Amino acid sequence: MTAPSTAASTSIMVADARTLKRNAAEKRFRAYGLAAIFAGLLALVLLVGSILNNGASAFKQTFIQIDVTLPESKLDKSGVRDPEVMKKATTVTYAPLLRDGLMAKLDELGVTDIEKKEVGNMISKEAAAQLRNHVLANPNLIGQTIPFEVLANGRIDGFFKGRVDFASAELDKNVSPAQLNAALALEDAGSLETRFNLGFLTAPDASDQRPEAAGLGVAILGSLYMMGVVLLLALPIGVTASIYLEEFAPTNRWTDLIEVNISNLAAVPSIVFGILGLAIFINFAGLPQSAPIVGGLVLTLMTLPTIIIATRASLKSVPPSIRDAALGVGASKMQAVFHHVLPLAAPGILTGTIIGLAQALGETAPLLLIGMVAFVREYPAGPPEGLFDPATALPVQIYNWTQRADPAFVERASGAIIILLLFLIVMNAIAVMLRRRFERRW
Amino acid sequence: MKDIQLENRAVTDEKTKIAANNVNVYYGDTRAIKDVNIDIKSRTVTAFIGPSGCGKSTFLRCLNRMNDTIDSCRVEGRILLDNEDIYDTKVDPVQLRAKVGMVFQKPNPFPKSIYDNVAYGPRIHGLASKKADLDGIVEDSLRKAALWDEVKDRLQAPGTGLSGGQQQRLCIARAIATSPEVLLMDEPCSALDPIATAQVEELIDGLRTNFSVVIVTHSMQQAARVSQQTAFFHLGNLVELGDTDHVFTNPTDPRTESYITGRIG
Repeated sequence: MTAPSTAASTSIMVADARTLKRNAAEKRFRAYGLAAIFAGLLALVLLVGSILNNGASAFKQTFIQIDVTLPESKLDKSGVRDPEVMKKATTVTYAPLLRDGLMAKLDELGVTDIEKKEVGNMISKEAAAQLRNHVLANPNLIGQTIPFEVLANGRIDGFFKGRVDFASAELDKNVSPAQLNAALALEDAGSLETRFNLGFLTAPDASDQRPEAAGLGVAILGSLYMMGVVLLLALPIGVTASIYLEEFAPTNRWTDLIEVNISNLAAVPSIVFGILGLAIFINFAGLPQSAPIVGGLVLTLMTLPTIIIATRASLKSVPPSIRDAALGVGASKMQAVFHHVLPLAAPGILTGTIIGLAQALGETAPLLLIGMVAFVREYPAGPPEGLFDPATALPVQIYNWTQRADPAFVERASGAIIILLLFLIVMNAIAVMLRRRFERRW
Repeated sequence: MKDIQLENRAVTDEKTKIAANNVNVYYGDTRAIKDVNIDIKSRTVTAFIGPSGCGKSTFLRCLNRMNDTIDSCRVEGRILLDNEDIYDTKVDPVQLRAKVGMVFQKPNPFPKSIYDNVAYGPRIHGLASKKADLDGIVEDSLRKAALWDEVKDRLQAPGTGLSGGQQQRLCIARAIATSPEVLLMDEPCSALDPIATAQVEELIDGLRTNFSVVIVTHSMQQAARVSQQTAFFHLGNLVELGDTDHVFTNPTDPRTESYITGRIG
């Protein structure tokens, strides 16, 4: 050993310039990393915050309790209580009954400073149809006065959710301060309340005029049907294709070509799949428009590459020694794959599948092209026939509602986003759980 | 060398079990095995020694057609098992591998229970129709692999939870559960500590009663301890084949001498 040139340069008590520089670089990098994470978190908080802020109120709705008199003279002149005959009385007949019931209640409460037409408009346009259905189902109610709960008009509902106030009501031709006063009086009397609205999850969509009645029922059902189709088609096809490619196919120009194209397929914009679906499944194969079966087929095409890539990755991660071991005791190639490799790859395959499904659940663009953007009020039938009935899907319903003029639909669109996000969070949580639970070490 | 040999039982059965004639193995364009001719006798432990990359493992894997799984691998020449060509198109490698079992370098038990590990081979070959028969095969195999006493109370425990030496003996039990006629071992002790190695070596010598054993090893002491026949491979050539005593004490080829005295390799 040669003598140290200077005492200071060899002492480990004093950091040299190089070390200082290195440490400073590391500190800077840590700061960048933290900043990046905070930026991401902030974006997430802002996004979720604004959606919750806008959408939470969609789960509540304002209801009015009305005592409705159901006169035989108007609803069933024949007196036979035959629903077929009673159907002649349309909602035009029922609407004034509700209005008169509400008028009576307001008179009772001493609210007189309001026109007849304004009272009628406080009630949702959907209410007359609900009353009619109720009466047709129970013809014996005719002649009685029954308590009936109806949805309040979207503007009245907006008043209790802070979207409408007296100042804006002055300027709005759809709502007047008199109506708001009447609503407050009803609330004081306990005849009006704003509470949780299950209808938002179960009811079908409603027209532009009645946002208060619009619900996600058909959209949720349509999305579930499509997920079912995707799961049933994409999982077996994807897993079979991956096993063949990974375990059996020779490596040559053709398999290389297939591999490249699967990766390409995963990167194809989703709207292209929509055009493909329109051309092949609807125009060529003649499947119905707006049907979950077509949506499911299109989303299957989209999900397949994701599942194939995930499955191949998890098959690849099974150590070759397991295959050797199985082959070594005389298992055939297929036995080695199905008895040993596939079970070990299963958690990865399931995770990939669930992530693919979650992706498909949130997909909008291809569904627009195959007509799932239509206004659908009828629930599709049970599977399998229901797969061919018109339906919408959650993301398309959101898109649809954001296009509507009435501000009450903004809240409902955000509410639908909350539901969609909930579905996605649950699916991803299941994926993480499966991976944790079944992940094996070897 | 002789004094450290486990037991010097004479080769009891001189019948040729496997005969290889002019075997050449190619990986793509690379010739990994060059014109190898070798006879492997039954009820004998034959050791393949040689420096890394000399082709001894490649040749071993030819004997039960494990090389079939490598796309670029091509085997020429004839390998006869009991006078039947194992590379004949009529031969199903699956049937062959039931007759010629294999133990790998790294212990590779299935991530299943100890019982299922051993029972897997008999199950897929349909060797036991009743549960009791299968239980018997499992116990017998584990006993032959000198593992029974250690695991008899936890047959349902995962095989991957055993120690390295136990795992390797489990793999040996798994390999002999299908009653193979030949057992190929590819450096079975390279991942084991000396105590586990000693156990496995003792086991190998015991297996000779029933099987013909071919073992690839990097340890010349091991080859000397367990084998009756030794084959020295160098750069894809079979340089020397003979009785272990003879190869280690009086090698005919200068390359063998250089290797066992530590000058090459």
